[in-house]
Amino acid sequence: MGEKIQTEDYKNREPIIVADNVTMIFNIASERFNSLKEYFIALMRHELRFKEFRALKNISFNVKRGEAFGLVGTNGSGKSTMLKIIAGVLEPSDGTCTVRGTIAPLIELGAGFDPELTARENIYLNGALLGYRKEFIDEHFDDIVDFAELRDFMDMPLKNYSSGMVARIAFAIATITEPDVLIVDETLSVGDFLFQRKCEKRINELIENDNVTVLLVSHSIDLVERMCDRVAWIEKGDLKMLGPCTEVCEAYKHYRK
Amino acid sequence: MEPERTADKATAISRKTISGKDAWYPEGQRDGFILRQLVTKDFKLKYRRSVLGVAWSVLNPLMMMIIMAAVFTRLMGRADDSIPNFPLYIIIGNTAFALMSDSTSRGLMSIIEASSLLKKVKINRWVFPVQKVLFSVVNYVFSLVAVIAVMIFFQFAPSLYALYVIPGVFMLAVFCIGLSLLLSCAAVFFRDVIHLWSVFLTAWTYLTPMFYSIKILPEWLQSLERFNPMYLYITYLRDALLMRQAPSIELTLGCAGFAVAMLAIGYLVFRRHESKFILFI
Repeated sequence: MGEKIQTEDYKNREPIIVADNVTMIFNIASERFNSLKEYFIALMRHELRFKEFRALKNISFNVKRGEAFGLVGTNGSGKSTMLKIIAGVLEPSDGTCTVRGTIAPLIELGAGFDPELTARENIYLNGALLGYRKEFIDEHFDDIVDFAELRDFMDMPLKNYSSGMVARIAFAIATITEPDVLIVDETLSVGDFLFQRKCEKRINELIENDNVTVLLVSHSIDLVERMCDRVAWIEKGDLKMLGPCTEVCEAYKHYRK
Repeated sequence: MEPERTADKATAISRKTISGKDAWYPEGQRDGFILRQLVTKDFKLKYRRSVLGVAWSVLNPLMMMIIMAAVFTRLMGRADDSIPNFPLYIIIGNTAFALMSDSTSRGLMSIIEASSLLKKVKINRWVFPVQKVLFSVVNYVFSLVAVIAVMIFFQFAPSLYALYVIPGVFMLAVFCIGLSLLLSCAAVFFRDVIHLWSVFLTAWTYLTPMFYSIKILPEWLQSLERFNPMYLYITYLRDALLMRQAPSIELTLGCAGFAVAMLAIGYLVFRRHESKFILFI
């Protein structure tokens, strides 16, 4: 995998994700107010001063088209915050993060799926939320079902599915076509080993076609090592290391707090 | 799933890659399909596992009307001779008010309920409160069947002025969208709004002449009803369906004014704060 990023072709590729000096500051104090009463009491007492918490500090990196990019870091280090900023659901306090093209995240149970609806209905709901055209889902419905291997269960309410089965559907929908950026996170880890292997293979296919950028966030360092070309290691909000997969993973594995 | 089959298929997983060229709606055109899917979802969920299903949207207002007419006809019905048909008077008011109270109490929770989705996928956030209002409008259309049933029962012939229902419901829906945007945003930051709103709705129910005539109110309260948007919308719909006359210019301007003002307030507040939602849900 490591060789890929040495080539001339790679250096000339267009960057798909550009994080430029991304800083995220949370106001810890202000998030405590969940009721009007508390808020006004604090306002009266002039206690609305905020304690700043810097979840991310001046993070910059580029991810190019067709690259498999990993994000690693210990719990609470800022990985999820970075992911949310890339997905476009959280605005950074400072700096910019631009993504060119379509983003396909894996949606977990309870988000874009409704347990009372059947799998068939959920596929349409989920597809709509990802921004797919209706005609596109109509056309490729069978491909999605086949990949998820759930043909016999299509008209069963999703609440009767195991979490692994839901993860299959989520993965099948997100990878039915080539998004510009595929975000793979822990949602996948609930699938059984056979399906995980299948997903890995599919992700590899997407990467090899050089059109899809894969963003992998996982606690499984093995998975990151197997799949990624480059890795960013975020620790306590700082970009601790950025580089070829093997180097960063090696350093991360020997990290002691 | 038997393991044999899974393993069998796992060998043949390679699949042709489908071009992504035509897969996505361009940014800005997605919302229509999302709204449609979400309204369909809510509609299916509402009637799943119920024997009568969608008939409940008709039966519910009908039953409410029968009870209210039985209780209030003697008490209120004769207080105002200008009301041609008291049961019809009740059901038109009730269904319109239900459209507002249903859509706003659903809209109120819409952002909080969509939290896990909003943390992961970039979707226009206004879709959620607006969808709840659209869902309530669909329900309202079914409850109009109940209104028609009452007309047939009393052999009450509507006039062409009944078509004013369309602009009437449209203005009411716009008003509800504005209100839902405002409430859904407020509920994210202060959960008190959820409790407060149900109290507010109850008070609003009694303050709006739905099962009584405005004429029984003390004079000062009568003049204040001009500032009760729900009174205006209900009067507008009653003009169309019950009084068989065109709503007056003042009334139309009042209805439109409240709709536009509420939408503007709701939209501006929502736009100003929506980027912070994710920190509070």
